[in-house]
Amino acid sequence: MTSHLLSWITFTPLIGAFVLLCLPKRAHDWIRWIALATTAITAGLVCLAFPLFRASESGFQLVERAMWIPQFNIQYLLGMDGISFPMVFLTALISIMACLGSLAHIRVKGGREKEYYFLFLLLETGIMGTFLALDLFLFYIFWEVVLVPMYFLIGIWGGPRKEYAAIKFFLYTLAGSLFMLLGILAVYFGSEPRTFDMTLLASMKYGLVFQKIVFLAFFLGFAIKVPIFPFHTWLPDAHVEAPTPISVILAGVLLKMGTYGFLRFSYPLFPDAARWFQPAMGVLAVIGIIYGGFVALAQTDFKKMVAYSSVSHMGFVLLGLAAMNADGFRGALLQMFSHGTITGGLFLLVGVLYDRAHTRDLNDFGGLGEKMPVYAGILIFFSLASLGLPGLSGFVSEFLTLLGSFQYSKLMTGLAAIGILLAATYLLYMIQRILLGKLNPKWSSLPDINYLELSTLVPLMIFILGIGLYPKIILDYMIPTLDGLLKTMGGAV
Amino acid sequence: MGPVESLKYFIPELIILCGAFGAFLLDFAVRNKRAVGIFSLFVMAAAAFAMKNPAGETLSLFYGFFHLDVFAHWFRIFALIAVSVTLMLAMDYPPLKNRYEGEFYGLFLFMAFALITVAAANNLLMIFLAVEFVSLLSYLLTGFLKHDPKAKEAAVKYLLFGSVCSGIMLYGISLLYGAAGSIELGHVWQTLRSPSMSALGTVGVLCFFAGLGFKISMAPFHMWAPDVYEGAPTPVTAFLTVGPKALGFAVFTRVLITVFSPSFAHWGVVLTALSMLTMTIGNLTAISQTNIKRFFAYSSIAQAGYILMGLAVFSPLGQNAVMIYLFAYLFTNLGAFAVVCLVEGASGKSNISDYAGLSERSPATAFFMTVFLLSLTGIPPLAGFIGKYYVFAAAIEGKAIALAVVAAVNSAVAAYYYFRIIRVMYLVPKAETQPTFGTSPLYPKIVLWLMSAGVVTLGLFPGYFIKLLFG
Repeated sequence: MTSHLLSWITFTPLIGAFVLLCLPKRAHDWIRWIALATTAITAGLVCLAFPLFRASESGFQLVERAMWIPQFNIQYLLGMDGISFPMVFLTALISIMACLGSLAHIRVKGGREKEYYFLFLLLETGIMGTFLALDLFLFYIFWEVVLVPMYFLIGIWGGPRKEYAAIKFFLYTLAGSLFMLLGILAVYFGSEPRTFDMTLLASMKYGLVFQKIVFLAFFLGFAIKVPIFPFHTWLPDAHVEAPTPISVILAGVLLKMGTYGFLRFSYPLFPDAARWFQPAMGVLAVIGIIYGGFVALAQTDFKKMVAYSSVSHMGFVLLGLAAMNADGFRGALLQMFSHGTITGGLFLLVGVLYDRAHTRDLNDFGGLGEKMPVYAGILIFFSLASLGLPGLSGFVSEFLTLLGSFQYSKLMTGLAAIGILLAATYLLYMIQRILLGKLNPKWSSLPDINYLELSTLVPLMIFILGIGLYPKIILDYMIPTLDGLLKTMGGAV
Repeated sequence: MGPVESLKYFIPELIILCGAFGAFLLDFAVRNKRAVGIFSLFVMAAAAFAMKNPAGETLSLFYGFFHLDVFAHWFRIFALIAVSVTLMLAMDYPPLKNRYEGEFYGLFLFMAFALITVAAANNLLMIFLAVEFVSLLSYLLTGFLKHDPKAKEAAVKYLLFGSVCSGIMLYGISLLYGAAGSIELGHVWQTLRSPSMSALGTVGVLCFFAGLGFKISMAPFHMWAPDVYEGAPTPVTAFLTVGPKALGFAVFTRVLITVFSPSFAHWGVVLTALSMLTMTIGNLTAISQTNIKRFFAYSSIAQAGYILMGLAVFSPLGQNAVMIYLFAYLFTNLGAFAVVCLVEGASGKSNISDYAGLSERSPATAFFMTVFLLSLTGIPPLAGFIGKYYVFAAAIEGKAIALAVVAAVNSAVAAYYYFRIIRVMYLVPKAETQPTFGTSPLYPKIVLWLMSAGVVTLGLFPGYFIKLLFG
């Protein structure tokens, strides 16, 4: 099994999905347990990679290579390095949490459970494949495979405006990825010998004009996914309408596919264009950070607030990428991981409250701190992590990105710091409106968080605290690869 | 090669021709007309077995009237698949049961004969005759349910429109013949190579655009398609969206390569513009359709636009793209029409609103339809994506960036309306009045399985197909 470990990681969820298809519709318990077991097995397989993965080396490891379409030199090529490993691990972790969260979700339990878990597992295969594929063609296929189950998951099990949100998400991302496909083809025809193989393409040199055009084509695909301002308008709709576990996957993992794309493809393939667009990227990042923060501040819908905070926090990832130095890259990749765990947790907490009160209107709550003390504690923990309290992972990553961007542009760093201030404002304001103040009598009988819900949150808290106190445990995996990337881009480490 | 020698390479055609007459005779003899359908399927199978891949060499049959090469071979296979699937769909199509069912099968065997000759036709006269043969049979089959006013209207419209376009093409052929003094494609090519003939070549190619553009529903010669597709019996619609269209592309490719390649600089731009126009018109009009057959009509116009990209670029890769795309489209569209036939059989109607809640009423049918729609959208790893990939690759390789960008935007628009159907099937709850699905009839179900197998294998293992088709 270890010889094809990455294939197993990618396709185990798919196997589970097909097992589900064979079960009768009414076998609810079986369906749930098989789905949960599949995500757990996948996570187990990811853990198997730890002893095999040599963290101190920068190249691709555990590579699997097979010719797939010889006429176009397209290969089935999977590999893992310090950029994809944390993302794969994050995917496995968030998938288990989301699957646990699905068990109790009202709309999922309401019906069509078999279809739900089938699509859920299909989605996991798509995401894993996206993070592991090293052949551009294969990458594009996995990238697109993610879209379809997501459309159904939002469209069938979503909130009141689910249909609009689902098709908007789908069309936005599809439009972006079609341009990316054109970019991929341009890279293919521009390479000598023609290949989609990332391990070879990274060492090829292209002219600046060509780089700029193709960089923009890729940018459209990735920017919509991240989402970078002004391509972010699908995000609030999709996040708010999606059922809780799917919002968790969306915010926790799917957004990272965009920034991962920059690190994996755009930067190594088009270093000159990346340098040329550096100021633009930085400006967009700062706009995202501040704009997202202000809009989050204005929300009265809890879930929408968290959704817009994602725009702001993903802006930090972009800022780190735009800095194009060692600290910036480290901060960006670490922020991708910690945003996944923190925002994933926040969406789960929104779900916990919504399942009880059936409303997400922040002004409707108040004084829940004494009714739901455990919930209050956890909510405060995640909020503090999100606003960057030292000792929790959000601080480390945002600090690193700011450290990186400071070396690039002091002005942008200063403006981005406003984002942290804003985060503190909207998060504390949210805590105030939900937990503090007078208790609304409507909620006098709300039960506190239960064990199932706790089991989805506690593992995330462990990672947030662990990385916050000792970031080296994860940075050790990232740094060699990121430094290697910087070196190929011609920058100083 | 003389006629007698040629005959041994002409066995599939002869089998089908004899089978067609046999079907008409059998129609007199048997009471259960389904037997005629099964007989026709056997004829098709026999013809398929008799077909041999010429593998590299070009056989010039009947003093050069037909050229049997690898290109023609695969279009002949294509035609056989299209006709066989249509026969299977027709066997469980209720409206046909009332009258003349046996003749329908017989006519379709003639259609098969016409199509496989089109693929190999290699001089101006033969091309015109074969294309007209296909057209006449198409008019006839469109109006086959002669008591249905929509079918009647469709057939007349089709006939009038088709006649004008054929007339224009014939005029172009007469010009070429006048200049070259020969109907041999090679001679015409020689003549058009001289610079003084370039204007004539341009006029000639434009005339062919009209005649063949009509067959492949290229804008602005697409107007007939929606009415005809809506009015024709559903199995015939299924056939019209792939059969004549693919063969139109086959002739188009052959004519452009063997006759008009010297004046590519003149018509390349025109074809690029027409390709953009076709896909845009098709996509924008498809959005607002309420009838599923009309919907697929516009979708097929848009798809023709994508396929034209391959010809507009006119590179070897582009020509391969045409064929790969057509095969992907064949599996996908016939599969989708099998679903249309099933739903029409169960509810008697073909409005998009009749698909509401299909995922609950018949999960398997809805699932298959989703696979086909995703393939039409071009989502990997399905056949439609490989087709899209090919035409995009051809466009990028040919540096036709504008064309590629227009096609990309169009694909996103197309996704919107293909997902409209998916939305209706999965997201809209079923209405109370809608009939439940009984057990589906056998033949459309076989078609569903076969076509979806085709869609998935072509999507997952395109390398095998590419090797098969182009060596």
